[in-house]
Amino acid sequence: MRQEFVRQIAMDPDYLQRRGGWLSRLHLDPWLLLLLMLIMGFGLVVLYSAGENGMAIVRSQALRIGVGLLVMLFFAQLDPMLYRRWSPWLYLAGIVALVLVLLFGAGAQGAQRWLALPGLPRFQPSEAMKIGVPLMVAWFLSQLVLPPRLLPILMALVLTALPGALIIAQPDLGTAVLVIASGLAVLFLAGLSWKLIMLMVTAGGASIPVLWLFVMRDYQKERVLTLLNPGSDPLGAGWNITQSKAAIGSGGLHGKGWGEGTQSHLDFLPESHTDFILAVLAEEFGFIGVTFLLALYALVVVRSLFIASAAQTSFSRLLSGGLAIIFFMYVVVNVAMVSGLMPVVGVPLPLVSFGGTSIVTLLAGFGILMAVHTHRRMLES
Amino acid sequence: MSWGTLRNTGQERELFQRRSFVAVIAVLIVIGVLIGRFYYLQVIEHETYSTISDRNRLQVQPVPPTRGLIYDRNGVLLAENRPVFSLTVIPEQVSDMDALIGEIRDIVDVRPEDVENFRQRMDERRRPFEPVPLRYHLTEAEMARLAVNRHSLPGVEMEARLVRYYPYGRLTSHVLGYVGRINEQDARRIDQVAYAGTHYIGKTGLERVYEEELHGEVGYQNVETNARGRVMRVLEREDPSPGRDLTLSLDIRLQQVAQEALGDRRGAVVAINPETGGLLAQVSTPGFDTNKFVTGIDHKSYAALRDSPDKPLFNRATRGQYPPGSTIKPMMALAGLASDTVTKSEIVHDPGYYQLPNSSQVFRNWKRQGHGDTTLYDAIVLSSDTYFYKMAYEMGGSRMADYLGRFGFGSVTSLDVRDERSGILPSPEWKRRVHDAPWYPGDSVNMGIGQGYFLSTPLQLAATTSVLANRGERHPPRHLRYIDGNIPAQHLLPDIVRPPVDMGSESDWEYVINAMEDVVHGSEGTARRISPGLNYRMAGKTGTSQVFSLDGEEYDEDEVAERMRDHALFVAFAPADDPEIVVSVLVENGGSGSATAAPVARQVTDAWINGFPDVLTRQALPGSMESDGGTAGGQP
Repeated sequence: MRQEFVRQIAMDPDYLQRRGGWLSRLHLDPWLLLLLMLIMGFGLVVLYSAGENGMAIVRSQALRIGVGLLVMLFFAQLDPMLYRRWSPWLYLAGIVALVLVLLFGAGAQGAQRWLALPGLPRFQPSEAMKIGVPLMVAWFLSQLVLPPRLLPILMALVLTALPGALIIAQPDLGTAVLVIASGLAVLFLAGLSWKLIMLMVTAGGASIPVLWLFVMRDYQKERVLTLLNPGSDPLGAGWNITQSKAAIGSGGLHGKGWGEGTQSHLDFLPESHTDFILAVLAEEFGFIGVTFLLALYALVVVRSLFIASAAQTSFSRLLSGGLAIIFFMYVVVNVAMVSGLMPVVGVPLPLVSFGGTSIVTLLAGFGILMAVHTHRRMLES
Repeated sequence: MSWGTLRNTGQERELFQRRSFVAVIAVLIVIGVLIGRFYYLQVIEHETYSTISDRNRLQVQPVPPTRGLIYDRNGVLLAENRPVFSLTVIPEQVSDMDALIGEIRDIVDVRPEDVENFRQRMDERRRPFEPVPLRYHLTEAEMARLAVNRHSLPGVEMEARLVRYYPYGRLTSHVLGYVGRINEQDARRIDQVAYAGTHYIGKTGLERVYEEELHGEVGYQNVETNARGRVMRVLEREDPSPGRDLTLSLDIRLQQVAQEALGDRRGAVVAINPETGGLLAQVSTPGFDTNKFVTGIDHKSYAALRDSPDKPLFNRATRGQYPPGSTIKPMMALAGLASDTVTKSEIVHDPGYYQLPNSSQVFRNWKRQGHGDTTLYDAIVLSSDTYFYKMAYEMGGSRMADYLGRFGFGSVTSLDVRDERSGILPSPEWKRRVHDAPWYPGDSVNMGIGQGYFLSTPLQLAATTSVLANRGERHPPRHLRYIDGNIPAQHLLPDIVRPPVDMGSESDWEYVINAMEDVVHGSEGTARRISPGLNYRMAGKTGTSQVFSLDGEEYDEDEVAERMRDHALFVAFAPADDPEIVVSVLVENGGSGSATAAPVARQVTDAWINGFPDVLTRQALPGSMESDGGTAGGQP
């Protein structure tokens, strides 16, 4: 195989350049890159208005985006075979890190999420598992005949549930749900039978009372109750939802204009540059602005699923498809939260909210997607 | 890769593509739901949320008017508004008040009284989110420290407020009164809309009488506030109209002369310009510093003032009712002549007492051995009780009340003095009505020398004496002279025309006034001790009002406790033929009018007629203040 690859390059040195220009030579997907840059650019514009410090916060965020793009570029260069080979080890390392977090982790607000290892910057292992779990489940399932039979399905569920449980123990229910969802997304794409899907949905529904009684903390329950009735405590827990809805609703069709959002500029809207930045966007750019952003997100997901469908190995398909779906879930969770459809969970708006970890992880994921797409032809022959 | 060879890769790819297709459909549906949600919020419910958003940030705030200033007749500022920086707290924004006060105490000096007053105000009725002052008069250093720490003190604000200041607080306490925080009692009687944003209201004195004019009209502004209630932008503003400035007849220098003349004695001085009724001075001692009341006096200080035996809060000049004593004798003389009860030539023998006809009841003269044969003229100069006993007996209570009532006894005399008491002008009808008892001849006898049931206030004595000075013309006493600098007070306070006192002939009036001049200037006048050095003619009458009756027994003044001694009275006007000033003086427990009250009156008339000592003028009059160290305190 290797020999063939070398021969191909030797025979046609301009092959890559002709196919997609310099972007392809860098293993970047132009469509995906364009959509991501549009989203992040729009995000910076909104952030300028949402942040109180003007350009300072925008520069800071631009720097994070730059770092994220470099990470993406790096991940795009790696052969998907490499990911496949490293998957179990990455997963194992993640599990060990999660255990370490529980033992020695640094915490904030009653939860231990951060791990500070000597010689490494502080990081959240749970964040890395957002990629680690789909990698592992994809690696596992791709070795089997698909659709998977019951035993492999159960094993895949265990692979998913183990980190999920470790993250719940931190406790960080929001991230745990997303990590578990990423494993389930891969299972779904692998062809999990509809019967089992229905069964799992039913089981999930039945487990809600169990979660409520034994897993969820008081502050989490409070958030859910607040969502159901924000008027019950308009100045306390319901404040975020009430003010967010007021910001969105008062934006109207066209919005109040860039920098003219009174809800955010007069500090009525909490977390206006992080988790609730969509409310700022909605207030200032109106329904049109929101629709534009959601359309961009949808296109990113559709393009990602197209890349997954076009992938040649089972592993590549499952991994890239899983990453696409999990990205979409982040979007949905944040948008639903900000618009009052879901309880307030601390999930940022992907690529737009201010904050570094999330952007770097997401762009790393897109780097993998691009790697899957751009390394395709070399594998084919 | 052993399984790989057995796999149908094409089928797997197809399966994946079917699932991807389902995923894309699901994504589009979910995106559709989310867009639908935003359509609902932003388009369908836009109005609702716009209202919520606007209600969040837009507020209508009242803009309080600036309170009108008060000047004395020479333009000396008596009541002004000074910007005072205070530390206020919005209780609604504070979760733990005790902790917050503790933190504030680390930054600025907060006394226990401040905290006590603060808690008191917090409990009072107030508008929601209205800042409650905790500390007034912040220093520059304290303001700087607060500014640095403000972010860590939610609900704490620094507020510049115009606060009433009385440069002559102690001197004007009973004239101007003071403003204070609007309490629940005030809130009930004011128009809440007009007072929205106003924190102070006139409580006593002229501040109360002219509250409506001084207050002005409230303005409004539409403001945009942030989530913490801080005003970010004023969108629209309707300016308030400031209150009107008042110029009084009062001369602060005369006020000071009168107060100093009384010294540390309890008493009152009222000085009137007889031509207009304008009050030149109105003093009640002891006074108190009204500035303490403006921002709220603490319980301890208030209790000290309230419970002091000297009653500094009591306005003796207008509310102190004392038997007028012999000061009414000139008016009695006119009444006697007008009613033909007596004639100028009639001579009454004064053996030192008067015995009611057909009765053994004896009324003593103040001079035990009597004045011998006296005419009406002598009776005034020497203040013979015996003469007036007899006259009063012959006139009877009804007629006396009728004549004396024309001068103003028994009724409120002034136009704009807060809570002036009317005193009591007794009469048979009055006694039957109030005491349900018959009028005895002895009542008439006592009334004839201003004793018995007869009560009057220093202000009323000045007003009635001013009728004498004017030879019958009546100008009710008044404080207000001009509005807004040059508008005559008549626009606000119409001249009330009181019919002149028409009794007796012109020669009768001159006869009585001449006698009053001899009270001061005559060799036997009761007030002759104040005559040395007088360079103008002064007409006066001494009086002594009994506090304690010893039932005809002789008593030694020194043996009677100080509080049991008689009140000393003196009424006067000068110059006698063309009066410029009328003065009444009361010295509580001062003993005899001639010894204690008359000298006070002279100091007042001296100052008015001969001019003020330079030092007073320098202190008080604007334009000459820079030559002085600013001891008068007032900054323009």
